[in-house]
Amino acid sequence: MKGLFDKLMEDVRFEEGLKACMNCGVCTAICPAAEFYNYDPRQIVTRVHSRDEETILDLLKSETIWYCGQCMSCKTRCPRGNVPGLIIMALRKLSQEEGHFTESEKGRQQFAIKRTVGENILQYGYCVIPENINPDLHREQGPVWEWIFKNIGDVMDRLGANYKKEGAGALRKISDESMKELHSIFEVTGGKQLFNKIEEFSLQKARELNWEYKEKGIDNDYFRHTYTDNNGTHTKT
Amino acid sequence: MKIEGKHKLWKDYQKEIADNHFYYVRSCIRQNFFPASEVHLLKILREDLGKDIFDDPRHTTCTGIGYHADIIPFETIMTVVARHFALMTEKGYKNLLISCVTSFGIYTEILETWRHFPEVENKIREKLKKATGRTFEIPVNMIHTSDVVYKFRNEINNLAKYPLVNVNTGKPLKIVEHIGCHYSKMFPNKGVGGAEFPYVLAGMVEAWGGEVIDYPERRHCCGFGFRQYLVMANRGYSVSNSKKKFESMKDFEPDLIVANCPGCTMFMDKWQYTIGEMEGITYGKYGEGIPVLTYEELAGLVMGYDPWDLGLQMHQIGSEPLLDKMGIPYDPELKYKGKNGKNIGAPKVPAYCTIN
Repeated sequence: MKGLFDKLMEDVRFEEGLKACMNCGVCTAICPAAEFYNYDPRQIVTRVHSRDEETILDLLKSETIWYCGQCMSCKTRCPRGNVPGLIIMALRKLSQEEGHFTESEKGRQQFAIKRTVGENILQYGYCVIPENINPDLHREQGPVWEWIFKNIGDVMDRLGANYKKEGAGALRKISDESMKELHSIFEVTGGKQLFNKIEEFSLQKARELNWEYKEKGIDNDYFRHTYTDNNGTHTKT
Repeated sequence: MKIEGKHKLWKDYQKEIADNHFYYVRSCIRQNFFPASEVHLLKILREDLGKDIFDDPRHTTCTGIGYHADIIPFETIMTVVARHFALMTEKGYKNLLISCVTSFGIYTEILETWRHFPEVENKIREKLKKATGRTFEIPVNMIHTSDVVYKFRNEINNLAKYPLVNVNTGKPLKIVEHIGCHYSKMFPNKGVGGAEFPYVLAGMVEAWGGEVIDYPERRHCCGFGFRQYLVMANRGYSVSNSKKKFESMKDFEPDLIVANCPGCTMFMDKWQYTIGEMEGITYGKYGEGIPVLTYEELAGLVMGYDPWDLGLQMHQIGSEPLLDKMGIPYDPELKYKGKNGKNIGAPKVPAYCTIN
């Protein structure tokens, strides 16, 4: 049976991102996540470098691999060409495939992302659609967005978008034919399988924690838990 | 003039930017928050500069937000992007014009991956064929939309009606330029000016008469962080990073911020409102916020397009103080009107970041 390190090495991003770290810590110095969270990308690289299966298993179950914000500033600065941001992506992928992501509060959030961004992609062909930027879930968007949200058709029409209509333009309806091709790509390349795994492992965890779970949508306790809960132990202060 | 220092450095990072015939791919975030910027990009390039751009309804999201939030496998996004290459190939285009910085980073990452791992490209060709029956050629020239506005900055300046100059003082406007991380931090030689001294926006600002502010946190991330914003529980990360930038730039009293990334533009606008509501802090000189514009909005204002046609009413931070400084006329009554003057109400006025 393949070990976890071998599975990581199957991801070209891991192969590309992990060379020989000399522990200089420049990645940590430039990292916005290291400034905000209890996070140290240098340590992540050191730990995967160990090739120790238990150490990697701990990482896959940890909170820490979910703190990176993917700005990729580490890639610019590493004098050895390592990319902690790519190593993180390989770790997160494996954590989801093996079902370890539900062991951490931040990892469980993958369910919330799948139910929002993931469903938008499969239903509409966009990562984000205005109807799903609900002011109740996006207080930071402020009163102007609230006004836009209430008058979305009129605002988009005023500004020359092609909102939900056939043909080219901003926010156009993606045709059934294009959506069919997008779905087919998800089937052929493992996109649907990853979505299914996120759902399956999340359902198991919801049962274990006794949270209400529904097969679809965001109106259930497990979604609210994964979208809003913050136990307050993640940050430096 | 002797070229030295930063000016010498950015000259090492020049990129080829095609002159005409672009195949255009849109941005999820821009469509939602800045649809008029996409409209005006096409309008300026086609009608003012006489360029040919193909706007294909068949392309979809690149899935990039999902990819960097780790719900989309690398193979999936590579194949979605390969489909876009195929659509471009079928239409006879070779220059790919990408509207989103996240997408631009992803398209670049994919081509770099295929260069290092040719077997991955072959695998994706097979997957695309199996999923859609399509084949593709690699784009000859792959550019971000800010690259093309940068390339034509002098032509745009030739059409300028309102340069970036304060009409009351006669001095250049002081401008913060913010470059999206994925524009050049991952692949510095793919961005104008590289990662340390990107010049793509600074070049526009200088060409149109403004002055770029060089502040300490100029290259710091806006804080989007993908999952760090998408999930409500994580948004402290996102607002904290923007706040770090605002604190660093405020003493330079910027007249505006211009950004080349859809997310950065939206966040730096909305987080100013949020910080106002949370802490009563504002970053404008008189209690207002600092307007945050896309480069098309800035180009459009310089060229004399109507501010409300450009969509400035979609921003939380009001742009009127900037319009006044530039001497641009506008009708406040029309700001929140729908098409043909339709009355669709107006947003509530927040407690902070208001215009006096």
